Amino acid sequence: MSSPDDGARRAPLFAEDPGGGVAASAPLVGDAAEPTLFELSRPGRRSWQLRTTDVPAWGIDDLVPEAHRRTSPVPLAEVSERDLVGHFTRLSHRQFAVDLGAYPLGSCTMKYNPKVCDTVAALPGLADVHPGAPGWLTQGWLELLVRLEEALCEITGMAAATLQPAAGAAGELTGLLLMRAWHDAHGERRTRVVIPDSAHGTNPASVTLGGFEVTTVPSNERGCVDMEALRSVLDRDVAGIMLTNPNTLGLFEEEIEEMADAVHRAGGLLYYDGANLNAILGVVRPGDMGFDIVHLNLHKTFATPHGGGGPGAGPVAVSARLAEFLPGPRPVRLREDGAAEEDGAAEDGARVAAEARADRAGEARGGHARYGWAMPPRSIGRVHGWHGNALVLARALCYIEVNGGDGLRRVAERAVLNANWLRARLAGVYDIPFDRPCMHEVVLAASTLRKRSGVRAIDVAKRLLEEGFHSPTVYFPLIVDEALMIEPTETESLQTLEALARAMERIAGEAAGGEVGTAPRTTPVRRVDEARAARQLVATFDARR
Amino acid sequence: MSDYLPHTEEEVADMLAFLGLASLDDLFASVPPSLRLAGGLALPEGRPEPDVLDDLAGLAAANPASAGRLVCFAGGGAYDHEVPPVVRALAGRAEFVTSYTPYQPEVAQGVLQALFEFQTMAARLAGLPLANASLYDGASALVEGVNLGVAATGRGTVWVSSGIHPHWRAVLRTFAAGTGHQVVEAPLRLGQTAWPERTGSGSPGVIAVGYPNYLGCLEDLGEVRRLCDRHGAVMLVAADPVSAGILRTGGEWGAEVVVGEGQPLGTPLSFGGPYLGLFACAERHVRRLPGRLVGETVDAEGRRAYVTTLRAREQDIRREKATSNVCTNQTLMAVTAAIQLGWLGTAGLSEVALRCARGTRYCRDALLGLPGVSPLTGSTPVVREFALRTPVPARVLVDRLAAEGFLAGLVLADLTGEGGDGSVSAEEAEHGLLVAVTERRTRTQIDAFVTAFDKAVRQ
Repeated sequence: MSSPDDGARRAPLFAEDPGGGVAASAPLVGDAAEPTLFELSRPGRRSWQLRTTDVPAWGIDDLVPEAHRRTSPVPLAEVSERDLVGHFTRLSHRQFAVDLGAYPLGSCTMKYNPKVCDTVAALPGLADVHPGAPGWLTQGWLELLVRLEEALCEITGMAAATLQPAAGAAGELTGLLLMRAWHDAHGERRTRVVIPDSAHGTNPASVTLGGFEVTTVPSNERGCVDMEALRSVLDRDVAGIMLTNPNTLGLFEEEIEEMADAVHRAGGLLYYDGANLNAILGVVRPGDMGFDIVHLNLHKTFATPHGGGGPGAGPVAVSARLAEFLPGPRPVRLREDGAAEEDGAAEDGARVAAEARADRAGEARGGHARYGWAMPPRSIGRVHGWHGNALVLARALCYIEVNGGDGLRRVAERAVLNANWLRARLAGVYDIPFDRPCMHEVVLAASTLRKRSGVRAIDVAKRLLEEGFHSPTVYFPLIVDEALMIEPTETESLQTLEALARAMERIAGEAAGGEVGTAPRTTPVRRVDEARAARQLVATFDARR
Repeated sequence: MSDYLPHTEEEVADMLAFLGLASLDDLFASVPPSLRLAGGLALPEGRPEPDVLDDLAGLAAANPASAGRLVCFAGGGAYDHEVPPVVRALAGRAEFVTSYTPYQPEVAQGVLQALFEFQTMAARLAGLPLANASLYDGASALVEGVNLGVAATGRGTVWVSSGIHPHWRAVLRTFAAGTGHQVVEAPLRLGQTAWPERTGSGSPGVIAVGYPNYLGCLEDLGEVRRLCDRHGAVMLVAADPVSAGILRTGGEWGAEVVVGEGQPLGTPLSFGGPYLGLFACAERHVRRLPGRLVGETVDAEGRRAYVTTLRAREQDIRREKATSNVCTNQTLMAVTAAIQLGWLGTAGLSEVALRCARGTRYCRDALLGLPGVSPLTGSTPVVREFALRTPVPARVLVDRLAAEGFLAGLVLADLTGEGGDGSVSAEEAEHGLLVAVTERRTRTQIDAFVTAFDKAVRQ
């Protein structure tokens, strides 16, 4: 019990809001917002502890010339470790994730991320290695990268790959620069790249950054590229075509061989957007379909966690004739004499010589360097500051090796099975614009629902959040009205699919009541005012006032 | 059979029956038979997790360079800083790790608010009002910054100091093949950029400089600001976020764009990735800001809420008119950086920067006392790292010192290529060693390093 005197003594401290916040789980049990870290701050608090070094404690004046010296420290939040933990733990409780429940976000392949891969990525022998260390001291990493590259080439049916691109979009741009380098090397200045109207938005943006113009071809009534339209745009200006197969409608482009043939006859190259590779693992390979350049999204197909929006990894694999243009340096196996073990392609002499020296140094210490770095002879250059998102690459190799060739095929089968089951289960409840067997995802539409009751795809998406499911991708692909793009992935059980289907049925049934439009009501916040965010931009705490 | 699939055989059969299919192969009826892979993938069969873990742990053991085994004096854009248990624990929370881009803000307030806090901290480090939610790495942030500046000025000539990391410049050259930018690399003289006297191929739309530059040198950014004023160019500074704890910000020097490598903010060395591209800019460039941006707003009940905003800039809406194709970025590393900077706070960041500067001074002075060792950048002031000319080829030195338990630094020729580049000559590249000292290096370690270094140069 506190006496009135205690209150009087404490009063001055709270005379005005001193900052510092309160550690309480209000956002979890109530509906209060979590304060920002800056509001939890109180000058003089600290979490940091640094090791004792005994290095002479020169002052800042002795170390940095005045012209360069800060006049006051960078203002950051000052919190105790306990408050730091409380804050970020409470924030994590305001976040949906694959580990919490089904995440059928079409085109994103939000499958379960095996924990063993996290363990691999945390191994000190991988996580604590400097990327600039000499090859003979990083043989384990080099072997890991070579093994991954070889596995990815087998999976895609390609000859060689770069692991540098940090995400799918970076892979796309890399692929387009490879296309450019190929045509340059053949003395051609081709200016246009063809993409279907169902393509991911990154495709046209990458085409522009690759220095090409976009030519769009329409889809036909079956949801595939219209062959006649494609033939009509193919000429000597076309550098190539970007396709994803299965396409963004979840449908396999059945005429892919004819397309490949037509594009190749026109002197163009075929680029495969690997966003949808999960559907065809071990079933059919982009290389066998006639593609020349393939990017993969390891964070989709190979189960590396999406990290709230990255890191991803977007390796690019190519056919043999394009290997000499790949970004570099590339991890390679070395022969006994220290030269790179590569089919056909000559390697950069200096780099290999350097590694051969490292090899000898390694040998002198009882080791033998079997792996090194090599620059492809006509490389387009680096596309990453170092070697790519290495720890993501390590996770992907772990996933591939646990699954094996047989397991990867089962992944594709179960992913396609799940998507088709949902398609059949929800037929008649939602529109199915292209009603035929799909691959790893199914595109439904809420257009009839909207006509009947005014409920839109976005309303269905928001209402699903209340049911404990993440929303599907909505309003994509652009060619489908009121699209709901559902990718259940192979790691969701039949029971979860049934629960999702029932929730979607329920929502369709409720539509007439008009309640759906006000969802979600049970989430940490309700629908947010996106227009206001753009109109009155507050992108930092300092912009608040 | 090792996998993560929930389906029992019975369920598979039921599901196929529901679809009216006889077998799993029938699911792929739309794939032309001629294309189907006969005999499956030529990959080993799946193995149980413990087997694979043993195998990959073996590969990890084959990396003697790991910081736990060799005392790390290597930097050059990747640094061995303290990452405390609390940061690892929080950044490893599954809700941050296994979510995706916050397309549904109602169930993504955790990541969105953490990014909002990150943007605030990144903007303050840069001394500018705006920062995005991350790019891939320092190199990609440089590329995006240059693209922004070219778009803003309408001029494709770009002056880039050779003091910017050689790999970043290489990435910039690669992507310039697509955008058509004319990249002019200004050479370094004793660690300071010698900017062109004449405009040559045209007035620059962007002038880019490192702070400190990749050799650790502090250049006169006042001169860069004056050059930008003269040419009407966008001033871009590639700044180290830890050194920001003791240095003036790019914003104070008049930069309109500040980019950087955020790895030193809580991300392990990771063999080079995933890292964190930092990107901050002046208000007037907001519509050209690449990548995601989180803004504060309210929900239907007037409660504070966060959402990705100014989406009209982005690739999925602007498509071929977009100036950036960035989609997935490095959110987890940005959240990690926010946690690390929360752990450091105002005083902690200053202290880390100060300790790095002290260690750098202590180590550099001692090494310069060794026979035949001299500075590669004259008397230009340095922080964070420094380049030495070594009496034996730097590669030999690194090999010898590895045997003594040290990762001695980076061989300049490994960064620039054998012939050197605008930053160093071929001879300097061969005999150049870049040494970094972080707050984790103790006096005992530095003393032992200097002793081993002495032995190695005499050997």
